[in-house]
Amino acid sequence: MVCGGTGCSGSQGEALLDNLNLELEANALENDIHVVKAGCFGLCSTGPNIKIIPGNVIYTGVKPDDAKEIVSEHIMKGRPVERLLFTDPLTKKKLTTEKELSPFRKQLRLVLRNCGVIDPGNIDDAIAHDAYAALSMALTEMKPADVIKIIKDSGLRGRGGGGFSTGLKWEIAAKNKSDEKYVVCNADEGDPGAFMDRSVLEGDPHAVLEAMAICGYAIKAAKGLIYIRAEYPLAVARLKTAIEQAREYGLLGKDIMGSGFNFDIEIRYGAGAFVCGEETALIHSMEGLRGEPTVKPPFPAESGYRNKPTNVNNVETFACISPIILKGAEWFSSIGTQKSKGTKVFALAGKINNVGLIEVPMGTTLREVVYDIGGGIRNGRKFKAAQTGGPSGGCLTEKHLDTPIDFDNLIEAGSMMGSGGLIVMDEDDCMVSVAKFFLDFTVEESCGKCAPCRIGNKRLYELLDHITKGKGTPADLDRLKNMCLVIKDTSLCGLGQSSPNPVLSTLENFKDEYDSHVTAKKCPAGHCKDLMEYFIISANCVGCTACARVCPVGAITGERKEPHVINPAICIKCGACKEKCKFDAIIIQ
Amino acid sequence: MPKIKSPAELSKHKTEVLERIYGKEKIRIRVHMGTSGQASGAKTIYNFFRQELEKRNIEATVISSGDMGYSFAEPTVEVKLPNEEPIVFGYVDKLKADEIIEKYIKNGELIDGILPANYRSI
Repeated sequence: MVCGGTGCSGSQGEALLDNLNLELEANALENDIHVVKAGCFGLCSTGPNIKIIPGNVIYTGVKPDDAKEIVSEHIMKGRPVERLLFTDPLTKKKLTTEKELSPFRKQLRLVLRNCGVIDPGNIDDAIAHDAYAALSMALTEMKPADVIKIIKDSGLRGRGGGGFSTGLKWEIAAKNKSDEKYVVCNADEGDPGAFMDRSVLEGDPHAVLEAMAICGYAIKAAKGLIYIRAEYPLAVARLKTAIEQAREYGLLGKDIMGSGFNFDIEIRYGAGAFVCGEETALIHSMEGLRGEPTVKPPFPAESGYRNKPTNVNNVETFACISPIILKGAEWFSSIGTQKSKGTKVFALAGKINNVGLIEVPMGTTLREVVYDIGGGIRNGRKFKAAQTGGPSGGCLTEKHLDTPIDFDNLIEAGSMMGSGGLIVMDEDDCMVSVAKFFLDFTVEESCGKCAPCRIGNKRLYELLDHITKGKGTPADLDRLKNMCLVIKDTSLCGLGQSSPNPVLSTLENFKDEYDSHVTAKKCPAGHCKDLMEYFIISANCVGCTACARVCPVGAITGERKEPHVINPAICIKCGACKEKCKFDAIIIQ
Repeated sequence: MPKIKSPAELSKHKTEVLERIYGKEKIRIRVHMGTSGQASGAKTIYNFFRQELEKRNIEATVISSGDMGYSFAEPTVEVKLPNEEPIVFGYVDKLKADEIIEKYIKNGELIDGILPANYRSI
């Protein structure tokens, strides 16, 4: 099995594959042994990697010339090729099998432990994978205060974006006395391109139900509510099945496992408004009111759903709870960095090869995420920036590639963790347009309650639009910055307070790009239509008339077999001519 | 199903289901059917495996599970042969599914398109 991931293919994986086939043929083994191209092994820094089955022996850093030795030694004589084995950097021991190598893998699945493993429609399969074991342990061996202590000690911080200590949140909710309390799961995942929570709910719904019950036990709540957007029909369906099955088994409901503890869960639907991910807006939406945030304090832990103490946690946060109870606070806090413990799930999107979900320990660097796990940038282009935190976050640039990703480092870099969307951009992406894209989103999603967010973001968007159309002036950049700061300072909730972040962060990191938009009226990435001009290089043009025939507005003129010209006044910059030209005569200026 | 009334009953139930679901070594096929998987046609693949395995007289369990996160390679399918490490295949269409049955499941012969485990789990 030869790794055919982009990293390995780049480092001569293809040639290695060919050589292995040739060697096998030379020894008349081609019918007994097959060489297959596989996906990424997750050990890209040492690629190309190959694995030989049976035996599961992994060789790393294999050169095309090594094929001969592998076939003659390993395959024909059964002797491993020592020098190609992976060396443990600490103990200098040679490691052979997948199992021994696994600690060197960059990804660690904690939240996604059961996703793709269990049948989410079958509670028995979940129980076989330890579902409800943590609840059973909490109910019988621990007092509510013990549960809170273990979560606090674990260092778990909220995965929805803010990064507030989960244990502390539970403690505050537990301290507030009331006849009724609520546990709310925030499954209103709204960042563009993010789908971590959806995957957890679809793949392992019982993990969330169990954790909500544990939270209910800890803060003395008997009722749980899951706020989920109706746009997630599959997640909703699987949650419903899971809740029904858990009720049937008595794992939800009255007197759970004979402990006297009652807890039940209901689903509440949202309509997919971004602002409803904010906890006060979420609670109002569940109460049947408009999804608008209110000023904190009072915090939901004091007065939340129906004015009762309410604890709101994100799906991913809940998914961390059971392993912490079962394996202990120390185990969890041994993963990650000093102030950010555990793992984080990211949804990789944009110009990256392996689009999808990944889970890494906190403190993994952006370089490892983009190149080792994500397989690098598409089409061999150059990395330009990565946006984290969605419309509330900022971009990380080349200089942040080696920064360990955790809550505090991201804030320091002018971005934020957010819920875990990670959009990768290459050199063809115009950063002014990226900021404009996110502002467009915020303008759409602003609830309109407070003026800075409602009006300010709209004005920000208009300014950015001006700049991308070549109508901006250098003074606009100062206005842009000032307006950002005012919106940040004066908005009511997290949406408005963070909406200027994409602008501020691109202004900070890509000032030259803004400058060239307003002074030279050029878009360096060649993205902004209004700032480019199609042009025919007469030396390359053979006068085939293909471009003139395809032009929808008749902007191209010229005689047959004579160089053609484009009239910029008529040209709508659709790019059809450039696509049609076989002689590379049409360029964008 | 009677209710689980105590922690002891839960662990008893766990032992039972472990034995029932995983006790016997058999061919187990997991089709990853989250939203990404289904959008790429995982349902067709799931039905294909169920029908074709029966038609070809191969005893196997076909399970529908959540996505593993390999969105770029959906639909993905994990095949676990008795006493072998599970293997995940990506970019599975009917043609590939047929190849998986004929080559890997019947003869244990590996084919292109494998997504090796690139993670560790707790």
